[in-house]
Amino acid sequence: MKPANHLPTRCLAGLSGLLLSLQLSLLLSACASPAATEPGPQNIVGTGDLGLVVERASGSLQLLNTSRRELLGRIEGLGDLSHASLVYSRDGAHAYVFGRDGALSKVHLPSRRLLARVQQSGNSIGGAISQDGRLVAAQNYQPGGIKVFDSVTLAEVADIPAEYAPGQRSRVVGLAELPGQRFIFSLFDADEIWIADLSGIAAGRPPQLQKFKDVGRQPYDALITPDGRHYIAGLFGEDGLAKIDLWAAEPRVERILAGYGRGQQALPVFKMPHLRGWAVAGRHAYLPAIGRHEVLVVDTESWQEVGRIAVAGQPVFVMARPDGRQVWVNFALPDYDRVQVIDTQSRQIIQTLKPGRAVLHMEFTPRGESVWISARDDNQISVIDTASFAVQARLPAASPSGIFFTSRAQRSGF
Amino acid sequence: MNHRLQALLITCFLSVLPTAPVRSAEAEPSAARQLQLLRILRQDCGSCHGMQLKGGLGPALTAEALRELPHEAVAATIFHGRPGTPMPPWKSMISAAEADWLARQLQHATPAASGTEAQK
Repeated sequence: MKPANHLPTRCLAGLSGLLLSLQLSLLLSACASPAATEPGPQNIVGTGDLGLVVERASGSLQLLNTSRRELLGRIEGLGDLSHASLVYSRDGAHAYVFGRDGALSKVHLPSRRLLARVQQSGNSIGGAISQDGRLVAAQNYQPGGIKVFDSVTLAEVADIPAEYAPGQRSRVVGLAELPGQRFIFSLFDADEIWIADLSGIAAGRPPQLQKFKDVGRQPYDALITPDGRHYIAGLFGEDGLAKIDLWAAEPRVERILAGYGRGQQALPVFKMPHLRGWAVAGRHAYLPAIGRHEVLVVDTESWQEVGRIAVAGQPVFVMARPDGRQVWVNFALPDYDRVQVIDTQSRQIIQTLKPGRAVLHMEFTPRGESVWISARDDNQISVIDTASFAVQARLPAASPSGIFFTSRAQRSGF
Repeated sequence: MNHRLQALLITCFLSVLPTAPVRSAEAEPSAARQLQLLRILRQDCGSCHGMQLKGGLGPALTAEALRELPHEAVAATIFHGRPGTPMPPWKSMISAAEADWLARQLQHATPAASGTEAQK
């Protein structure tokens, strides 16, 4: 599918010297017409209201439509998708799926086809796509490190082992893209944060690494603020989070919320919280406390704690509705049959929902009128009105986990 | 690696405490409970150890990986957790006898894959 303006040029090249204007114009129209009619109906369908649901146990995805509130059919053959996540190409037509089994798969949404699949590691936990959409990076547990691929061909362009001491490789978490073909990530086993700059890759230069050491014990996940300025890693091994101001002249790691659970016995954490579905509402960030049944409220100007909200269990996802008016929270087992809604103006819980057994994920429609919630053990997705909390649809899916809408393609950090 | 060794030592130490689960071959969980436990193993332990139990943030729980470890240490790790690591104690959700039964299943043979079981 070449751009239409290439066709006349090609035709011209085949012409001998005679250039009668009449002939030329006939030729132009003859050459241009096939290109104008070439896109079939399949290629002109918009992707803005599409999305994918991960069916973790059967290695499949379900294509969904958020306007019709329907599941449109399966894409199969993706391997072990427990804890799978995905990122979108900027056209919203392709998704890159990071499987637990270390495979990276590329799927095409409009045609529901699996286009390519590479076994890139033994054990993977997610990935990111570069600002310009050209590079896809996978973060790996085994062997620990990141691998970077050409987003069109899935050819490997860089392998960056997270080797923090001779022969010691760390599991990698909290991978996010930074402007200019850079990626930032955390090393769970090494208490480090690294930035890999791949802007020289096309010219044959190796990735440049910048390393931050002693960031705090066991960074388990991280987020990047929507402006790309702050990278915040949650720490499992201590109370607090590590923050880097990437706009600073010389970025360094600062500890925020140190000792948020001071003097209190931490509760068992049966599932690690996820920070990627970051919740910044107005000037406040809402973050899951580790080992505490609380959501922490942080002022993003001063980075001081300004409040905490008691919730029904260990928070896993703490996600702001796109307008920031509400924050929705789901929980680790045994409290994962519930979802709570915080009103950010009063910082009160205004609703406790029971959308099914084993709620694993929530995703807001681009402008936030609905939220889609997966209930693994009920094999069901619920679509809920965020204003009235009424159920708008219930859709069957096999052990659904992550839900990802194509609107992520246009958001930094997703 | 030091942390790991430390945790393993703590685990081994815990296993000889009187609070550690006792070997109780006679106290088998009921058939229905066994199914539940295997589901917890795949689905919930799986969030760190992988649904195929091949590892993730937590180590692999395949029979190959666990067979050589003392049975008491495996059962105690499930029941009491591993201090200093993300492995939580499961004693609020399962009994000592159930932890013991799970450890035996894991060490004997990796419990059957759940690809289809989870879909029902």
